[in-house]
Amino acid sequence: MSTTLLVAEHDGAQLNQSTARALTGLAPLGDVDIIVFAENGSAVCAEAAALAGVGQVLQVDSPDNSHQLAAVVAPQIAAIAAPYSVIAMPSTTFGKDLAPRAAALLGVHQVSDVMEAIDAKNFRRPIYAGNVIVHENVEAFDKVVLTMRTASFQAAVAGSDAAPIVPTETTADLPDHTRFVKLEAQASERPDLQGAAWVVAGGRGVGSEENFAVIYDLADKLGAGCGASRAAVDAGYCPNDMQVGQTGKIIAPDVYIALGISGAIQHITGIKDAGTIIAVNKDEEAPIFDVADIGIVGDLFDLAPRIGAALGK
Amino acid sequence: MKIIACVKRVIDYNVRVQINRDGDGVVTDGVKMSMNPFDEIAVEEGLRLKEKGVATELIAVSIGGSESQQQLRTALAMGADRAILVENDAPLIPLGAAHILLRIIEKEQPGLVILGKQAIDDDRNQTGQMLAALWGRPQATFASALEINGEKASVTREIDAGMETIEVDLPAVVTTDLRLNEPRFVKMPDIMKAKRKTLDVIAAASLDLPSIPNVVTSNFSPPPTREAGIKVESVEQLVDVMKTRGLI
Ligand SMILES: Cc1cc2nc3c(=O)[nH]c(=O)nc-3n(C[C@H](O)[C@H](O)[C@H](O)COP(=O)(O)OP(=O)(O)OC[C@H]3O[C@@H](n4cnc5c(N)ncnc54)[C@H](O)[C@@H]3O)c2cc1C
Ligand SMILES: Nc1ncnc2c1ncn2[C@@H]1O[C@H](COP(=O)(O)O)[C@@H](O)[C@H]1O
Repeated sequence: MSTTLLVAEHDGAQLNQSTARALTGLAPLGDVDIIVFAENGSAVCAEAAALAGVGQVLQVDSPDNSHQLAAVVAPQIAAIAAPYSVIAMPSTTFGKDLAPRAAALLGVHQVSDVMEAIDAKNFRRPIYAGNVIVHENVEAFDKVVLTMRTASFQAAVAGSDAAPIVPTETTADLPDHTRFVKLEAQASERPDLQGAAWVVAGGRGVGSEENFAVIYDLADKLGAGCGASRAAVDAGYCPNDMQVGQTGKIIAPDVYIALGISGAIQHITGIKDAGTIIAVNKDEEAPIFDVADIGIVGDLFDLAPRIGAALGK
Repeated sequence: MKIIACVKRVIDYNVRVQINRDGDGVVTDGVKMSMNPFDEIAVEEGLRLKEKGVATELIAVSIGGSESQQQLRTALAMGADRAILVENDAPLIPLGAAHILLRIIEKEQPGLVILGKQAIDDDRNQTGQMLAALWGRPQATFASALEINGEKASVTREIDAGMETIEVDLPAVVTTDLRLNEPRFVKMPDIMKAKRKTLDVIAAASLDLPSIPNVVTSNFSPPPTREAGIKVESVEQLVDVMKTRGLI
């Protein structure tokens, strides 16, 4: 039996790619059991069971788990945690919400944003917006909860044979003090920002919500996901789930094209793991050029359509 | 209803953080310290709920060395009614902070506790959730809108998939995201007035806390740096470089 348990992130129908990335990060600890909390998790469990490095998949089906609220899932994790020395989830808003609640119920420490699991007691993680990396030793605890920094790891691929799926029941008192009301998701045909191979992002330099069409057009020509700086989101140019950075999404696309983004450290920390950073900025002194692999000084409204025409698929 | 807003003293977000010579910490001597930006938002939200008549008292609470009084004075100048400093110089993990905050809550019986979603020094993003678990109460993390309706709160949360709304029974814990509000600026006369407000100092050791093991943080090192690359003059040149590098 594995000693590491990974809590799957999913939307009820599909496994989120963050789960497969977290799994890769946990590989140094040996085989990993994956647990799926859902109303009906069969499809998600099948996806999880196919991944390489999975010991078994625990399927916890219950109407209580339809929205995977932290207050409802955390007691179930605590109830099933005994045999495991490491309980992990992806460091997405799902994992960040849930992990500390589970850790506190277990009375154990949590290591956030693990970028390297050396063994079950030693981890490396970023602090100060990624400006410092530290080593955290948790020997003093017999168990630990982790959130895995998904941008540090490639998604695990399918293994040769599927892991067993084990229907599981938990005996925990579940609270009713927290109720799901609604989710307003931006319907988008574009690749998901956190999984996209290419990302096109706009900043304050784009200037308005209407002008953001320039960013969307370029993204669509390149088949890319869309991102933004906090300044662009705060100004209302685009929805908040597009924010990249310390307090937004941490991403690792193969190619990141930043247009009209100055390159504040809080933004850069979100794209440090990108393969190639391309920056378009009219100010040749913009700090983004200090980290960009390829920079072009110029007006984004002039350059974006021409880049689209030249690279368009 | 009483509201507690949590306030952590951190290195100002504009400071370029330096690792110390021994590699076991960061340089804090002579470095500008501020209230964690997310905690300013927490204090501001508490003030707005008071101004709407939803809350009767706003208490700012900090855990830290005596220097943290500065940040509590800022919270008082913003408009908090009183402040509590739990003096603690020992290293503190979020589980420890949550246990301390729980003691304060047991004493004050607030209807709402607002924390930042994360402290920008350690970037852990845990304390609010842990506190909610220990207290056995709801949590609404990453809040970008908050509405109190009698014994319930409706909270909009910024999550990866979009905007989620949940309803929680009070008392509850809320953690702030950046777009919840824009904190007010402190005015000179308010700073003077804040000096006369109550700031109680309690020793952490007096709180009858469970013993919590510590974690050892070491090997402070800079992240792998990205070297500045090249600048190209034209889109044609960009395409050429991308071809050479096998990107297209
Ligand atoms: C606690 C905290 C957390 C934060 N978290 C984040 C985060 O997660 N993500 C994030 O992005 N920021 C974050 N920030 C904000 C960050 O500090 C910066 O304010 C923000 O990233 C700036 O966004 P920007 O580059 O779009 O805007 P600006 O800094 O205003 O830059 C705009 C750029 O556009 C260029 N430009 C203007 N017009 C054109 C044109 N026509 N063509 C080409 N270029 C043009 C300008 O030269 C300039 O460089 C955070 C801040 C704090 C305090
Ligand atoms: N020492 C502290 N004193 C007061 N509040 C704290 C302290 N540590 C954490 N908090 C609160 O918990 C939030 C999240 O912190 P963290 O879990 O460390 O990222 C902060 O924004 C504060 O509101």
